[in-house]
Amino acid sequence: MPLVNGGKIADDSFVKLAVDTPLPEGGDILVPAERFLSDADALLKRAGKVGVIWPNNRDIAELVPYLGKIAVVALVFPNFRDGRAYSQARLLRERYNYRGELRATGQVLRDQFVFMLRAGFDSFEVKKQADAEAFMQTAKRYSVFYQPTGDGRITALHRRMQLRHSEGVGT
Amino acid sequence: MTSPLQQKLKINGSSVVTANRTWDGVVVYRTAAKGWSADLADAAIVRNSDEAKTLLAEAVADDVGAIGPYIAPVQVDEAGKILPGNLREQIRRDGVTIDLPV
Amino acid sequence: MYAYDEIDRTLVNERVSEFRDQVQRRLSGELTEDEFKMLRLQNGVYLQLHAYMFRVAIPYGTLASNQLRQLAHVARKYDRGYGHFTTRQNIQFNWIKLSDLPDALADLAEVGIHAMQTSGNNMRNVTSDQWAGVAPGEIEDPRIWSELIRQHTTLHPEFSFLPRKFKIAITASDHDRAAIKVHDIGLRLIKNEKGETGFEVLVGGGLGRTPFIGKTIKHFVHGRDLLSYIEAILRVYNQYGRRDNIYKARIKILVHELGIEKFSREVEEEWQHIRNSSLQIDDEVIEDIRSRFIYPAYEKLPHMPDELRQAAADPDFEAWRKNSVAAHKNQGYSIVTISLKPIGAPPGDATAEQMDALADLADKYSFGEIRVGHEQNLALPHVAKRDLPALWKALDKLGLATPNVNLITDIIACPGLDYCSLANARSIPIAQELTRRFANHELANLIGRLHINISGCINACGHHHVGHIGILGVEKNGEEVYQITIGGRADESAALGNLIGPGVKFDEVADVVEDIVEAYLALRERPEELFVDTVKRLGVEPFKERVYATR
Repeated sequence: MPLVNGGKIADDSFVKLAVDTPLPEGGDILVPAERFLSDADALLKRAGKVGVIWPNNRDIAELVPYLGKIAVVALVFPNFRDGRAYSQARLLRERYNYRGELRATGQVLRDQFVFMLRAGFDSFEVKKQADAEAFMQTAKRYSVFYQPTGDGRITALHRRMQLRHSEGVGT
Repeated sequence: MTSPLQQKLKINGSSVVTANRTWDGVVVYRTAAKGWSADLADAAIVRNSDEAKTLLAEAVADDVGAIGPYIAPVQVDEAGKILPGNLREQIRRDGVTIDLPV
Repeated sequence: MYAYDEIDRTLVNERVSEFRDQVQRRLSGELTEDEFKMLRLQNGVYLQLHAYMFRVAIPYGTLASNQLRQLAHVARKYDRGYGHFTTRQNIQFNWIKLSDLPDALADLAEVGIHAMQTSGNNMRNVTSDQWAGVAPGEIEDPRIWSELIRQHTTLHPEFSFLPRKFKIAITASDHDRAAIKVHDIGLRLIKNEKGETGFEVLVGGGLGRTPFIGKTIKHFVHGRDLLSYIEAILRVYNQYGRRDNIYKARIKILVHELGIEKFSREVEEEWQHIRNSSLQIDDEVIEDIRSRFIYPAYEKLPHMPDELRQAAADPDFEAWRKNSVAAHKNQGYSIVTISLKPIGAPPGDATAEQMDALADLADKYSFGEIRVGHEQNLALPHVAKRDLPALWKALDKLGLATPNVNLITDIIACPGLDYCSLANARSIPIAQELTRRFANHELANLIGRLHINISGCINACGHHHVGHIGILGVEKNGEEVYQITIGGRADESAALGNLIGPGVKFDEVADVVEDIVEAYLALRERPEELFVDTVKRLGVEPFKERVYATR
C-alpha cells in the first residue's frame, strides 16, 4: 500500500508493530494506542521515532500529553464511509496544535484526499497505486472552499469580502 | 446495508438473480452464460440455496455490468415460461402500475 | 433570489468535473460499485426499481425562471419528460442513465443548479418556508440564513461522512410551514429583547422507523453564533452517533439515548471551544449574503384592483382564488400556490411543458421567481392582485389550477413501490383513488383542511406519521396492506398520529378514509372545527368504531 507524503509517493521509515511484537533495536515504529499508553516512557526513550495508531472510537484528548514527543499520529478510516477520524484530525491540529505528521490509514481512496488535506492530514496510506499516483492532480481539484478549517485556505465568504473591499478602493 | 452474500438465502421454489445495468439502470437478469439480459426469459433459474449463492456471487463480482444483484422469486408455468414471482418483480419487469404524465 | 457569483459557480463546476471523472472510472471498472455508491449518492444519484433516480437540489425551495426551464430541459433530454417535486423541496427525475449524468449536471451547472449532497450520509438541502420573504408577519427572510448554512455545509471536510443523513429546516413565521420539529436540526428564527436576530434550536426530530419530535437544545443562539453552534452539534454527532446499525444512526437516536440534558451539555462544552473562532459570522458577511438576494421592485398597488373585482363574478375563478391565493406582506400582491395534485394524477409531478409554461408565467407575473413547498406543490410568490384573473386562466389551461390546496385531495405521497426499491407497497395509486373519491370541490371544502400523507414503507418519506390521516403501506404474506393513523401534525403543534386499528388491504383504503371522513363530519362540534382538532378532542375510539364496525 503506497504511502503518500509531501504530495508524492514516498518511502515509509515506520514499521507497524502489533500489541506484542518485540521492539526492534532502533528504527522508527508505529504502535497501537494501548501499547503506547501503557509503555510511553520506555518507547519514547529508545532510539528511533515513535508514532501512535489511534482508533477512531477513542477520545483523542488522551494523547495530548504526548503530542510534543511523538513523530506520527496515524488515524484510522476502517472503511471510507466512517468519518470519525476527520473530527479527530481537526481537533489535533486546531485545538491541540499538533505539528507532527498526521497520517490517514485504513481505506483511503482518492475521492477523500481533498477532505483529508483540509482536515489536517499530511500523509496517506493509499489503498490503490493509481490513486497514490494521482495525488497531486486530485489535490488541486477544488479551488473554492466554503468553510474554515485549520488549513489556512481563505473561505469563499472572506474572499468575497476581499473582492468587495478591493472594488471599493480607488472609487 | 447487508451484502447480498451475507444475507440468509431462503429459496422457495424457483428464483433468478436480478440487478440493474450499470450504465443505464435498466432491469436485467443473470443468464447461464455469465452475462446479463434485459429479458426475463433469458434468466438462469436456481432451485436451491447453493445454486443461488453461486449465481449471486458471480453476479456480485460482475459489477461492471450490473449493480445491486439479489435473488428474486419467479414462477415457471407449464409451458416453461418464466413469470415474476411477486408484485415487486412484476413492477420491475413491466414498469410502473400508473400512467406516466407524458 | 440568491444570485450565484463566480465563486459559487466555480465550486459547482469543479464538482461536475470531479463527478465526470468518477463516472468514467466507474464505467471502466476502475471503481467498484462499493467504492462508487457513496460518491454517486453524494451527487444525488439513487438506484430505484427500474432505473437510476436523480435528485436535484433546490436550495430552500427557491427557483428562478431560467432554472425551472433548465429542469424542464433535463426532463426532456435525459428523462421521460417530467419531474417529481419532493417533500424536501427538491426535484427528482426517475429514468436517468448513469452515463448521461455528467452532461445533465453540466447543463444544470450553467444556471447554478447542482445535486450536491441530496443523498448520502451528509448534510442535505436546508429547507425552509416556501413563503419566505413574502409571508405577512414573518420576522425576517430565513433564506439568508439557509444560504449561510448551505454554504457552510457544502463539501464540509469534517462532516461529509456522518453516521447517517442530516437534515436542517428553518422557519421565521409563527405558523411553521417548514416542519422544523421533525428535522435533525430545526431552527426557529426569533429576535431577542435588543431586537437582534437569533434562533431557537431544536435537535433530534425525525420520522422514519422511529419518529421523534425535536427537542429544544438552546432557546436563543445569536445569529453570529449560528454556524459555530451547528458545528458543535455536528462534531458531537459525528463522533458519537452510532455506526453499527443504520436504523439507529440518526441524531435523534443519540439524543434519545443520551437524553437531551446530557446531549446539550456535550454540545455546549464543544461549542465553548469554538464560539469565538473564525466560525463567528460578521455582520459584514451577513450583509453580503443579504445583498445578493434580489428582491422585486414592488409597485404601489391598490388593495382591490378592478380586474379582481370584475373577476369575482366568475365562480370558478372565485373558488380558485379563495383556495389557492394567500395574503402577501405587500399590499396589492398575493402568494399563489400552484397545485400539483390534479384529480386522478400522481401527486407532485410536473411535465416539461408545464415547467416551461410556468417559467413564462413566473416571468410575466412573479418577477421570475417560483417556490417549491414540502407539500409537493409550487408557488408564485409575488403576483400582483390585478394579474390574478389572467394568471388563473393560464394555469387552468395547463391543469395547474385545481382548487384543492390544503384540502383532502392535496395529498403528500412518496413514490412507493411503483418506483422505489425500499418500498413494500404502492402509494401513488392509493393517492389517485383518494382524489377520485373526493373529487367534488364542494365536498372537499365542506371537509376543510385535511392533510393525507402516504408512505410506501416504514422509512416514511411520505411523512405519514405527521399526517392528519397517515397511511403506511406494508407487506403481509405477499400482499400490500395499509396501516392508518389519525391526528398527526407537522406544524408548530407537531404530533405523531395514532393507529386506528389493524391494517387494511389495497382495495379497502379509500373506503376506510371515506368512513373516517364520515365520522368526522358527524362528530365535529361545528364546521370550523378541523378534522385534526376533532381527533384531538375525541381521540381515536369513535373513528375506530366507525371504520371497523363492518370489517
